[in-house]
This record gives sequence, structure tokens and C-alpha cells, in this order.
Amino acid sequence: MIQVPCPWCGPRNSMEFRAVGESKSRPDVATTTPEQWRQYLYTKSNLADWVTETWYHRAGCRRYFAVERHTVTNDIRESRLPAAQLRQKEGSGS
Amino acid sequence: MSKVRYPAKYSALGLIKHGLMKGDWPQVWRHHELKPSYDVVIVGAGVHGLATAYYLAKNHGITNVAILDKGYVGGGGSGRNTSIVRSNYLTPEGVRFYDRSVKLYEGLSADLNFNIMFSQMGHLTLAHNDSSLRTMRWRAEVNKLEGIDSDVIGPDEIKKLVPYMDTSENTRYPIVGALYHPPGGTVRHDAVNWGYARGADIRGCEIHQQTEVQSIETADGRVVAVDTNRGRIATRTVVNCTAGWASLINVMVGLKMPLVTHPLQAAVTEPVKKFLNAVVVSGSLHVYVSQTDRGELVFGASTDPYASYSMRGSLEFTEELAGHVLELMPGIAKMRLLRQWAGLCDMTPDFSPIMGITPVEGFLVDIGWGTYGFKAGPVSGESMAQLIATGTTPENIKAFDLARFPEGRLVGEKGAAAVGH
Ligand SMILES: Cc1cc2nc3c(=O)[nH]c(=O)nc-3n(C[C@H](O)[C@H](O)[C@H](O)COP(=O)(O)OP(=O)(O)OC[C@H]3O[C@@H](n4cnc5c(N)ncnc54)[C@H](O)[C@@H]3O)c2cc1C
Ligand SMILES: [Zn+2]
Repeated sequence: MIQVPCPWCGPRNSMEFRAVGESKSRPDVATTTPEQWRQYLYTKSNLADWVTETWYHRAGCRRYFAVERHTVTNDIRESRLPAAQLRQKEGSGS
Repeated sequence: MSKVRYPAKYSALGLIKHGLMKGDWPQVWRHHELKPSYDVVIVGAGVHGLATAYYLAKNHGITNVAILDKGYVGGGGSGRNTSIVRSNYLTPEGVRFYDRSVKLYEGLSADLNFNIMFSQMGHLTLAHNDSSLRTMRWRAEVNKLEGIDSDVIGPDEIKKLVPYMDTSENTRYPIVGALYHPPGGTVRHDAVNWGYARGADIRGCEIHQQTEVQSIETADGRVVAVDTNRGRIATRTVVNCTAGWASLINVMVGLKMPLVTHPLQAAVTEPVKKFLNAVVVSGSLHVYVSQTDRGELVFGASTDPYASYSMRGSLEFTEELAGHVLELMPGIAKMRLLRQWAGLCDMTPDFSPIMGITPVEGFLVDIGWGTYGFKAGPVSGESMAQLIATGTTPENIKAFDLARFPEGRLVGEKGAAAVGH
């Protein structure tokens, strides 16, 4: 079992979450070719190391956030709001 | 390490004689010093690597082959799977491919002179709702067109095949039908691995355990050597057969592919008298059950829900598994689990493998075997050997090429492979 520290709800059993996968930056839809888009969709680093990934608290606050986890030990050293949400939070004040 | 004598041909008489006169059976493959070069270097001594070596030697006379494994023969998924063999997939290319493997399995004990204990007890995929019943009808029709014995049956027939199953309507997920595939069943996975290892060894291929590939050298876009903890090997052909670890080998030649490694867990109970004469799979309940010849029930489920290279079991798995198994067969509530374990699965987005050439010349892959690759060992070995020997991609693996991802030609086996393995 692993415990995932949700930035909103605190440490919860991983079963409450959906592991969305490794975080990557989304290419600009207006200028990407289908090949580049598929590359973004499918290709993974799949590292055996510390990775930054997105998790979704499905059975909790239903928010997305970023987690730094080691994929060999499953240790988690940090969880935080994703960059985009941080910006939004500062902007809207909510 | 001691020199083992060439294993003699096994026979009933030899078995009795050995049993009466000698002690342990010797290991069926030999230990070698690492040579400075090989024609072909196969990374990973699971069923895929071993079968590739075996067919390279047997069908094409290519024997200057090294199979390297950082651990031991069958230490990966090939020694951890639940050994379900079937060919009732959903896409025509998938069905044809897996059916060739079933045919090879049917003759494999004789071919390898090693009893792989293939028991074709029949395979049932349960439907608990109309939409899965619809997919099953579709699958049955595709299967029949490809000449595969496969049909949809109702709860009464299911009850006849598996009397212990709760086919009543008073359950949370009532069983409304099943896809029945009589030639499906299980093998003894260790025997398959060891049989291929022995067959490859007898024909001159070398198995090197505890030999970890640490980097791969390329020059002008082609493979020239691999570096291991036991030294450097010059070679112009490297085959990546490392399943769950495949991404870590790919990156050594600068390639990234659509693979995510997920642990998959399984469990086994104490042995009881034989009562279950089919492999039973329920996609909706995320569980499957079969009974071994020794009498243990073997349970499996879907993969752990996050990417990981850890092979630790979890309590959630056991708890969920037990609950779901009991919904299907309440009568086994008093049975005890003996052990549980995990293996690594290299999942692709279309539940189909990645096989063949890559942009790096001399670097071939036979990966993406996810939760369903053991059954494909024989046909994959045969096809990869043909590719290596002839330089042309065999027809039956063309659909599984790496280029399908950038070109948007995914194979779409999810409906038939997600839990069924
Ligand atoms: C619990 C479980 C149940 C399953 N059930 C089924 C089933 O019922 N039916 C089915 O068809 N499939 C099933 N599978 C899937 C199946 O086990 C795999 O797809 C298959 O065994 C993969 O075989 P392989 O030879 O490609 O790789 P593996 O058997 O995984 O072998 C890969 C090898 O590569 C070696 N390796 C890794 N890195 C290196 C390196 N750097 N240098 C040297 N060697 C290296 C590893 O040590 C390992 O031995 C199951 C899997 C699991 C985990
Ligand atoms: Zn939360």
C-alpha cells in the first residue's frame, strides 16, 4: 500500500486516487502535427527513478495535483498543486 | 560452476532409472565464459528471449547467440505469470497471431522433449451485463471467421461446466453469459522456460545468468556492442526481450516508446481436490481463477493502478481479490491463501506488443507484453527468429510495429486483453 499526501486532504490511501501518469507539457494544439501530438499522447519515459507525475483525488476532493515519487521504492517526497493551478489560485484568490 | 553433462533425451524409462539410481536432476543448461563477440545478443532470459534463441538455432541454424539476464532464467514475468493460454482475442491480426502460439504449445512437449503440461481445460470469460455480452458476440464471430473454437453460452451451460459458480440472479453482478473457448487452458510456465532454455543450450546458444546489460554502444546509427557487468560483447544484433524493464534498455540506444511498467499481482491457495475444470475470468470483477494439477487455486486480477518497478504485494489486492472471488464461488470461503506475489508488466496503450525493427539499426524489440505475453512466447520467438535470420518482417507481426504509434494505427485489443491475460 502507498499513502499519497493530497495537498488538500492530507495523506490518504492510494486506492482513493487515480494515477494519471508522468507529467508532460502539452504541445500547442494550433501548431502541432498529428505525429507530434501522438508522440505527446503515447510516448513515456517510464523511468526507474524519481518522477514527477499527476494524481487525481477521485474519491476525495476531486482535484489534480503533482507528486514526486520514486518508482522503485514508491517513496513520495513531495506533493503540490500543479503549476497551472498554482497560477490560477494566485490569480483568482480561491 | 560445475560442468553439466549434455542432458540426455528424457523418456519414461530414463525417468524411472534416474529416479531409482541417481540424486538430483542436473541443471538443463550449461555455464559459459562470456565470449568477446556473438552474432546475436538477446537481453532477457524469459520465455520471449529463450524462445527466440531456440528458433534461431532450430529453424535457421544461427547458434552463435548469447542470452543475457541480470537475474536468473524465468526470474521476470515468465516465472511469475498465471500461465493462461488462449487465442480468443478481438482483432483478426491478434487472433491469428495468438492461435499460432496455441498450435505451437500443442506440439511443444514433443518438440522440446520436455513436458510443459499444457492442459486445455477450456476458458470462460464471464459477462455480467449486456454491453460485455455484445463484445463477446463480436469476439466469437471474429474468432469463428479465423477458425477458432469460440462461442457465447448462457448461465445454464456455465453452471454445467463449473457447478461451483453462483449463476443465480441474486448477486451484485449476475452472470448473464460467457464467451467459451474450449482450447484455452494453462501450461506449466517453469517447464516452458526450462524446456526452451535446454533446447537452445543443446543447439549451441549460450545462456548467461547474472549478466546485466549496462549500456549499448552504437556507431553511425547502428548497434556495435553491449557492455555488461561481466565485460564487453561486440555484436551487430541486440534483441530487447526485457518486458517490464524494456524502457530501461531502450533508453540505452536513445529510444523512448509507449510503455508504462505496472506491477501485476497473483495469489495461490492451499491445494484441494480437483473441482474446477475451466479457467474462469470476470472482467467486471477484475478477477480470474484456475486450478492447477496439484490442486491449488490460482488467482489473478488487473494491474496495480500506478506505474512502478516494485514487486511487493499489497493487502488491498488480497482483500479485493478475495471479495470478488467469493462473489463468483461462495463455496470456497474457507480456503486459505498460501502466498501472493507480483511481476512487472510493460503496458502499451493498445494492449498489443511492440515487435520488430527500430530506428536504430541492429536494435530489435519484442516487448510491450503487458499482462498477456506468456501465451505469445512460442509464436514471438518463431517470428523474431525469422526476422533476425531473413532481415524481413514476417507478415504475422507487421501490425505490431513501433511505427504504428506515430502513424496512428493502434491495434485495439483492450476489449479482449485488459483482465483476461
Ligand atoms: C502476475 C502475472 C500474471 C500473468 N498472467 C499471464 C497469463 O495468464 N497469461 C499470459 O499470457 N501472460 C501472463 N502474464 C504476462 C507474462 O508473464 C509476460 O508478458 C511474459 O512473461 C513476458 O516474458 P518476457 O520473456 O518478455 O519477459 P520476462 O519474463 O519478464 O523476462 C525479462 C527478463 O529481462 C531481464 N532483464 C531486465 N533488465 C535486464 C538487463 N539490464 N540486463 C539483463 N537482463 C535484464 C529480467 O531479469 C527478466 O528475467 C502475467 C504476468 C504477471 C506478472
Ligand atoms: Zn484530496
